Amino acid sequence: MSLAPSHLASERSNSRRISKITANSFLVAAMGCTAFGVLAVGVLLYTVASDGFGALSWSFLNSFPSRFAENAGIKSALLGTLWVMVMTAAFAVPVGVGAAIYLEEFARRNLFTKLIEINISNLAGVPSVVYGLLGLALFVYWARMGPSIIAGALTLSLLILPIIIVASREGLRSVPPSIREAAMALGATRWQAVRFQVFPAALPTILTGVILALARAIGETAPLIAIGAFTSVFFSPTSPTDPFTVIPIQVYSWITRPLPGFQQNAAAGMIILLIVLLSMSSVAVILRHIYSRNRNW
Amino acid sequence: MAQLEQAQLNRRRLQRQVREAPILFLLFACASLSVVTTIGIVMILLSEAIPFFRSVSIFHFLSGTEWAPLFSVKVYGVLPLLGATILVATIALAIAFPVGLLAATYLSEYAPNHVRSVIKPTLEILAGIPTVVYGFFAIAFISPIIIKPIFQTDSIFNAATAALAMGVMLIPMIVSLSDDAMRSVPSNLREGAYALGASRFQVSVRVVIPAALSGIVASGLLALSRAVGETMIVTIAAGGIPNLSINPLEAMQTMTAFIMEVATGDTPRGTVGYESIFAVGMLLFVFTLTINLVAQGLLSKFREVYE
Repeated sequence: MSLAPSHLASERSNSRRISKITANSFLVAAMGCTAFGVLAVGVLLYTVASDGFGALSWSFLNSFPSRFAENAGIKSALLGTLWVMVMTAAFAVPVGVGAAIYLEEFARRNLFTKLIEINISNLAGVPSVVYGLLGLALFVYWARMGPSIIAGALTLSLLILPIIIVASREGLRSVPPSIREAAMALGATRWQAVRFQVFPAALPTILTGVILALARAIGETAPLIAIGAFTSVFFSPTSPTDPFTVIPIQVYSWITRPLPGFQQNAAAGMIILLIVLLSMSSVAVILRHIYSRNRNW
Repeated sequence: MAQLEQAQLNRRRLQRQVREAPILFLLFACASLSVVTTIGIVMILLSEAIPFFRSVSIFHFLSGTEWAPLFSVKVYGVLPLLGATILVATIALAIAFPVGLLAATYLSEYAPNHVRSVIKPTLEILAGIPTVVYGFFAIAFISPIIIKPIFQTDSIFNAATAALAMGVMLIPMIVSLSDDAMRSVPSNLREGAYALGASRFQVSVRVVIPAALSGIVASGLLALSRAVGETMIVTIAAGGIPNLSINPLEAMQTMTAFIMEVATGDTPRGTVGYESIFAVGMLLFVFTLTINLVAQGLLSKFREVYE
């Protein structure tokens, strides 16, 4: 290199300097974009918190909606969200985990299995409002459930089923095959190996996936509006066939009212919703953490 | 003796397997439910959309430039809804894709572990925020503080506001999927490039991004499909007026926002207005399904190469 003519060397160092500038500006841009993402979270949470904090109170949690913003509360929506969440879990978790166990542990590698797999990944991409149309025609009208808690829960169950299946399959797959083989070598059938060895070992991962899927379900607005869930409910739902509203719908209904008091109520409702969601995802993260620490394979 | 025992054991195992057959069947039924769901979606959309297309010709539906389903003289030309959907999704993606790709490159190729371990969960929070909150963010912050002062718009409801909020919503999705794609590029490719004297920038831009390209493109397509199907942000912030225009500062209504408008009103079942949401839903379903299938094709090609 030292033998190269000097003008060539200076040209090379010149182009090296330019490429260094490009490289540095790329790094700055990349860091800036990352910072933008983090900043967006901050601004969003700050906007919601600062708008809604003033409206938060015990009576906000414990009152029904009202046409006066200062009297309006979120009680029926909170209860509705609880009802819908519990019933959605009751439908979606057994079916989703069952489907995952079948696909991961029993299914032969044939065309039908392949079809189910492609189908599940496509269902995960279907817009949630389309699930709402399905629920409207199938559960509300055809099965004559009306815009009830059970119709909402069934609609959301179909919506989160692909998420639960994918997460549960990942959990089952992370259990090493040696555990199945050891159980079966001791005389267990395949089902016994799954039931008593593989499933308990995969349970924390499956639970993590289930919690995140339910968090998705309780944040959903569009499919429940599509099935005709009420925007304001003035009583506490007491049975699965009652009409209902949920926090996101109540929040949406407040957003659409121009009076500033209702905007604050909407933000306060979102604070409650975000607290519920964040605590659910923290539980999921903690579960995942404990599991990965205690895992001994 | 030992043989006898073995035979007995085998018989017992066979008995248990027979007893377990119903369990296996039940598990199979669970897995098949997903296929039933898909068939259900297609059947329901068709069964309501077919009567709709008896009253409105499919040609008019797909080529009409005016959408006025709730007026006394009803016109069903879907182009204003389709145009608004495509416009909002395109702007959202034009914001989210470059930002998301650069952030993913930083996280995958540059960021030290401790930075990564803070930023990844933060972006996951962003991904878990319900879309109704993004809708509120759009009209409480994005429109009055960003769009209105810069573009001097009259109303706070316009397509640009919805598109910007949607862009923010899509960023974590693109970051997470592109980051996965880049991290599954085998490290020997990177090491080979470094051994030849490449800088980190050259490795990122000339080795890792091209190698992960099909995964990166798939992340963009999945985000696009998500944007097309997104409902609450556009319902809250885009204005809700069917409007065939390419000016994002005007109020518009997307396909999903129209479905919400009918669902919150009281359009009785059996009317053309009720059936129209299924026709629009069908178009939405076909649109997103096509994008998803292309994305999945790309992803499976990507996996074949590296995994």
